[in-house]
Amino acid sequence: MFEANTLAVIFVSLMGLSILLYAILDGYDLGVGILLPLDQKDDSDTMIASIGPFWDANETWLVLAVGLLLIAFPAAHSFIFKELYLPTAVLLISLVLRGVAFDFRAKAAFSHKPTWNKVFKAGSLLAALSQGYMLGMYVMGFEGTLAAYSFSILSAFGVAAAYSYIGACWLIMKTEGELQKQAVLWAQKSGLICFIGVVAVSLVNPLINPEVYAKWFTWPNTLFILPLPLMCFTLFIFSHIQLKQLPKENDKGCWRPFVAAVVIFTLCFFGLAFSFFPYIVPNTLTIWETAAAPESLSFLLWGTIIVVPVIFSYTAFSYRVFWGKVQELRYH
Amino acid sequence: MLETLMLSRIQFAANISFHILFPTITIALSWFLFYFKLRFDQTAEPVWMRAYRFWVKIFALTFAIGVVTGITMSFQFGTNWPKFMETVGNIAGPLLGYEVLTAFFLEAGFLGIMLFGINRVSARVHTLSTLIVAIGTSLSAFWILALNSWMQTPQGFEMRDGVAFPVDWFAIIFNPSFPYRLMHMVVASGLTAAFLVAGISAYRLLKGDDKKAPKLTLKIALSVATLLTPLQIFIGDMHGLNTLEHQPQKIAAMEGVWHTEKGAPLLLFAIPDEKQKTNHFEVAIPNMASLILTHDVNGEIKGLNEFEGNHPPVAPVFFAFRIMVGLGMLMLAIAWFSRFELWRKNQLPPWVLKALVAMSFSGWIATLAGWYVTEIGRQPWLVTGVLTIKDAATDIAPENVGLTLIMYLILYAVLMTAYLHTVFTMAGRAIEIEEISDDEKVKPVISTHNKAVEE
Repeated sequence: MFEANTLAVIFVSLMGLSILLYAILDGYDLGVGILLPLDQKDDSDTMIASIGPFWDANETWLVLAVGLLLIAFPAAHSFIFKELYLPTAVLLISLVLRGVAFDFRAKAAFSHKPTWNKVFKAGSLLAALSQGYMLGMYVMGFEGTLAAYSFSILSAFGVAAAYSYIGACWLIMKTEGELQKQAVLWAQKSGLICFIGVVAVSLVNPLINPEVYAKWFTWPNTLFILPLPLMCFTLFIFSHIQLKQLPKENDKGCWRPFVAAVVIFTLCFFGLAFSFFPYIVPNTLTIWETAAAPESLSFLLWGTIIVVPVIFSYTAFSYRVFWGKVQELRYH
Repeated sequence: MLETLMLSRIQFAANISFHILFPTITIALSWFLFYFKLRFDQTAEPVWMRAYRFWVKIFALTFAIGVVTGITMSFQFGTNWPKFMETVGNIAGPLLGYEVLTAFFLEAGFLGIMLFGINRVSARVHTLSTLIVAIGTSLSAFWILALNSWMQTPQGFEMRDGVAFPVDWFAIIFNPSFPYRLMHMVVASGLTAAFLVAGISAYRLLKGDDKKAPKLTLKIALSVATLLTPLQIFIGDMHGLNTLEHQPQKIAAMEGVWHTEKGAPLLLFAIPDEKQKTNHFEVAIPNMASLILTHDVNGEIKGLNEFEGNHPPVAPVFFAFRIMVGLGMLMLAIAWFSRFELWRKNQLPPWVLKALVAMSFSGWIATLAGWYVTEIGRQPWLVTGVLTIKDAATDIAPENVGLTLIMYLILYAVLMTAYLHTVFTMAGRAIEIEEISDDEKVKPVISTHNKAVEE
């Protein structure tokens, strides 16, 4: 069986995978929520229909990510969430409001529907902002300085823009007609803000964390890691060019911006992961210092090895069932 | 100003109490839906599909609130009780992990197909998805109750430097109180869902709904309640005997027995007095408690005096227990009476329907009261004999805990109002729509009222 140090690496990888999948999957559905036009009833119905069958499962990745942090690195879990106590509460309340608004808007008295639409939009936006703020505080090592707060606020808007961007790209893929054109405009605007945000984080992160700087700018590390920002940059350009041409005849290539956004998210994630590994609390605690007992982790690992492929296969099945352009979403 | 410890306890209790209401419904309601769908597949009678269609919407709403309020819990284990995970995380962690991996993903993954996929997959796959969601909700009950029961009656571990390490996973999962608690909770869920289905169906009938579906669901729900109420009393009795063996101080508090006595009376009512260590205004049946707990009229019941400084606060456990049992008896009486009336006359008089409407959410109150008995009854321990609540507490500033507590309480008040209002609105709307004759064969029914996109 695996030894303790290996188990810590396996579980931090699993947790990383869950965070990445969460950011991509709930990212697009939070983004759709942020973009929800309150004055366009039909469009907002279609937009919400596009995420209807998926959002529950998307949010489960957050439960898994936070769960793995709690299970595999309990000391890090309590350290991080005690530092982020209030933003976490804001995140949770926004996720609750948004989740219930999703159902109430369709089921409560019709006169209340516009109110629940507003709650849905506000909840999505607040959830994205608080996640971005938490990410910013994490990168800044939970410092209580003005610089850290300013950076975290910047990061909050960066993440909200990134989610809007991937949400807009999702809509380009899943809708047609006027709404699709609108989504292209949204993707262009939020893509630009997202791009600025990524550049800002990439500059600030090595400048404030000497260890991160050392990692990125030590020969020959730089050589191996340099393709990462370069690919990211190229993809933003590619996406920009694509967006200018969309929608094309027969809806050709409507999926390209979404795929580009997914790859951009993945590259950014690996950039951050590379910066901090093996620290789970930046500059304070490593994964090895905080890992739970090997007998517990190996017990969980067996189940994970069996269950995760099954989760992937039925998730894929679900996406295949709801493949293609959104249709009106009814219970039956 | 309250201290952090007390505020953390109130906050955690508020979150977990609010959360558990919704899974309590969905764990069993998913099996009702599976049954409706299965019957529809077998008979092609449209009434089954109408029952399914109405209840799947209530299921979706309830499930959504359960999911989002559950996310809160995964954060608060660490924020409110940091020492909990540091001390017993090696055991609690994998159990929670298996809940997420096997249950949450299973239910969330197939929920989309269950709710919206009926026209996109074959009838068989759709029924299978409904079944998988039902299995998922039950699995989540399995894992979380394994953990909760382990906290009550821990075994299969060893302590090294103040940290628990697993030794025998089978013993950990199947700890002494687990089978009883699991059965008790699953049947509680069945009763909660049965009374909800009966109550809302009765509401529709009272409002003049003359369709087949509410009559059918009323009958099914009452049949289920008729079977489950005596079963629950039997399981509850066994659970009590198990508690007497492993946590006798909890039983002493439940029965209000201050001093060890032989032939203890069953207190129907009393006001326990923690200071004077006695009860006031006792209404009692002589020797009955001994008879129930030891199956001997002169059996000895250990009193709280034997657990000085190591027993739970008496009054909340004592009263919560009586609320649970009292409601259970009321549910038994109403279920049996109305099922008998329904069998005799094939319909129910308005006053019985009204009583059923009033009982719609009685399962919630009984379930919560039961949880308060078992959880407050565990005090002062968080994990019996291993970790006390006090030692597990966080050091977050009380202002922050208090502020977030107020935010949560406001949120829950709004959600509860909206939920109850919406459930009855949906029932009211169901009366207007579905206006088709009973002979009409299977067709997707879309009412003019319901053209809006429905999630």
